[in-house]
Amino acid sequence: MARLIVYYAHPGHPYSQSNRPMADTAAGLEGITFVDLYHDYPRFDINADIEQQRLLDHDVVLFQFPMFWYSTPSIVKEWQDLVLEHGFAYGAGGDKLRGKTLMLAITAAGPEDAYSAGGYQHYPMRDFLRPLEQTARLCEMRFAAPYVLYGSLRAPTDRRLDAHVNAYRTLLEAIRDDRYDWDTADDLEVVQADTIPLRGEG
Amino acid sequence: MDGFLLLAFLFLIAGVVAVPIASRLGLGSVLGYLLAGIAISPILGWLHVDVVSIQHFAEFGVVMMLFLVGLELEPRVLWTMRNKLLGLGGLQVAVTGALVMAIAMAAGYAWSVALAIGFVFSLSSTAIVLQTLNEQGLMRSDGGQSSFSVLLFQDIAVIPMLAFIPLLALPELQELAAAAHGADDGGHASLSLVDRVTGWQRALLTAGAIAFVYLVGSYLTRPIFRFIAMAKLRELFTAAALLMVIAIALLMVVVGLSPALGTFLAGVVLANSEYRHELESDIDPFKGLLLGLFFITVGAAIRFDLLLDNLTMIIAMTLGLIALKAAVLYALARVFRISGADRWLFTLGLAQAGEFGFVLLTFSVASSVIPTALAEQLLLVVALSMLLTPLLFIIYDKLIAPRFVESQEQQADEIDETGKVIVAGHGRFGGVVNRILLSAGIKTVVLDYRSEQLEVLRAFGIKVFFGDAMRPDLLHAAGIEQAKMLVIAIDDREHATELVRYVTENHPHVYLVVRALDRHHVYELWSAGARDIIRDTFDSSVRAGRSALEALGVHPYDAERKVHGFLLNDREQMFALASSFDPSVPAHENEEYVRRTREFLDRDAEVMKGNSEAFGSRLDRGWVPPTLDDLEAETRKGSPGETSDST
Repeated sequence: MARLIVYYAHPGHPYSQSNRPMADTAAGLEGITFVDLYHDYPRFDINADIEQQRLLDHDVVLFQFPMFWYSTPSIVKEWQDLVLEHGFAYGAGGDKLRGKTLMLAITAAGPEDAYSAGGYQHYPMRDFLRPLEQTARLCEMRFAAPYVLYGSLRAPTDRRLDAHVNAYRTLLEAIRDDRYDWDTADDLEVVQADTIPLRGEG
Repeated sequence: MDGFLLLAFLFLIAGVVAVPIASRLGLGSVLGYLLAGIAISPILGWLHVDVVSIQHFAEFGVVMMLFLVGLELEPRVLWTMRNKLLGLGGLQVAVTGALVMAIAMAAGYAWSVALAIGFVFSLSSTAIVLQTLNEQGLMRSDGGQSSFSVLLFQDIAVIPMLAFIPLLALPELQELAAAAHGADDGGHASLSLVDRVTGWQRALLTAGAIAFVYLVGSYLTRPIFRFIAMAKLRELFTAAALLMVIAIALLMVVVGLSPALGTFLAGVVLANSEYRHELESDIDPFKGLLLGLFFITVGAAIRFDLLLDNLTMIIAMTLGLIALKAAVLYALARVFRISGADRWLFTLGLAQAGEFGFVLLTFSVASSVIPTALAEQLLLVVALSMLLTPLLFIIYDKLIAPRFVESQEQQADEIDETGKVIVAGHGRFGGVVNRILLSAGIKTVVLDYRSEQLEVLRAFGIKVFFGDAMRPDLLHAAGIEQAKMLVIAIDDREHATELVRYVTENHPHVYLVVRALDRHHVYELWSAGARDIIRDTFDSSVRAGRSALEALGVHPYDAERKVHGFLLNDREQMFALASSFDPSVPAHENEEYVRRTREFLDRDAEVMKGNSEAFGSRLDRGWVPPTLDDLEAETRKGSPGETSDST
């Protein structure tokens, strides 16, 4: 059993179409920890001690959020700035996160083909996630391929949302039950609803 | 009665006319009073007024001044001054005294007469110098502090001098005095106890009196003042403060000590008390008036007939004395490393003879040490040198200080002057403000007039002072001139408004943070000039509302944003209504005010009925994704809408 914590961050929670059902799913699962950052810290006074203890208590840290301007919602940045302290996460004596895994579950409004050299976003999705990837590396954590929903605004009408939410449940349960194939995932740029790598039973 | 009124009128009008003119001309108040005295001296002579006895009465101003000086000086500070006090002060008195004595002996006077003259001329004028230093804000400079040390030492040194002078008595003068007074001596009633006791008894009495002042000051004043404060009569407090100073002075006279020294000690003992600022503002006007009277009498007592008879000699003696004292002071300043403008301030400021010189001279004559004729001439020299002191300060101010401006500024950087904040009212509101300021390392002066409150706070080590912040003199004593900020957290709404109006008019440099009791009070404070106004229950009500929303299941971040929207909306209404509010027109007759209020009420009603966006449009702008229709429109135009998004 891997100890999994899901950090959810969405400042416009009431208007959310995809993240909200995803968050509801994650919150309803047994055996994982679910934290709504905007719920716990509506005034951004993040408690570094509590958060560091949460990190110590888990093996896999998964951030679920919508992409805003090629980055995270602001509270996730605040969380990084306050929680990933020198001497805890990096630097001298900062080895407390060594060997843990950082994973993202993100939604992006642009369609998949936009995230390429020829698309209007000009760069593949992973390029926009480099700061987080390097953050994980500096903290000696494994940065797993992110679980991505492209074209999220159209997902409900295109009937892609339910599949994405269901696959999210499968993904979280697999991580919890040590059935997620991390090594295969390492070969993927991103993980999507139809490409979740699971290890064979037995 | 008529005589008293006439005399009071004379002194007051002389002061009221002369001092503003002197200040206007940059001469300082002391010279103004002296000139006023000179101006009215012919009238006083014509009325046969006993100027000298008025002067003795007015010397009490010096006593009060030393009490106030003591109040400003905590024992800790006094202890850190000990080197300057004994070294600088002691050397100044010894060297000046010795030089004057040598010159007098060279002029042919007996050693005893010469020594007495040395005593007289070694002293400087505490009254003039301290008054001038305070007026010009030089008290905290190095030169000011050194001058103060020397003056303090001189004031203490007067006591042994007074004890020593009778031993110098000239036999022939004594015979003369005995012949003149005859059996009259016995009729002279003396308050002093020490005339009839032996040396060790006297020492015991002295020590006892000082211990008494210390004990009363540290243990009894608090309960006494608390008892008096219960009467809630302002003048009673003034009376008590006066009573205390007079009682201590009297006690000192009885045991043969200097009243100035006694009250100075009492002041030091009370420097840590919460009643300090109250005492200061109570005594200050009396001190000012009495000192003014004192300077007027000095001016009036100058005997011009005598001066004219020996004009060249007396002027030469005066200038010689000033030059001699200045030379000694300059040398000492070099030795004690007082540099730059401060050295000149020290040198020129203390170069005169002082009011204690009068006392010593009178006493010397009475003790048959100095012949009357000589004493009268010396008296003229003392008075003339005091008269010249303001001129020396002007020389310092206009000629010397400007040349040292740069080095002065560099020195100022070293002084750690954090802006001071005055907190008026230390209840549930002001108390929190004060604690926050203190925790940020900011110096505060707290004023409150509830004595019970003060006792509790003192016990927790919070520095608070008794007093009603409504009094301008108390604000002055608390340092409003140097303060950066005044926090007004007093309970009485009219008083708070009044205080805002007073401070914005008279001390516009002070930033005001004001507690308002309700919405209407905000408008009143606004029109009185306050701009940083905080309603005392508004923030807590807003938090209670947010708490309620959260408990009802609203997401805490949404609750936060809703409540923030409410707050912004409320503030907007508040500003709008505050600017249309006019305190001179009743609210219901103010048309614009009524119209705007109605507008806002209507808007609120719409919001509550759900007909309008909740509390302003800003709330719903963030993180709302574009609709599918928006996306279609943008795709047709060829510009993607899916860059920043919320899903």
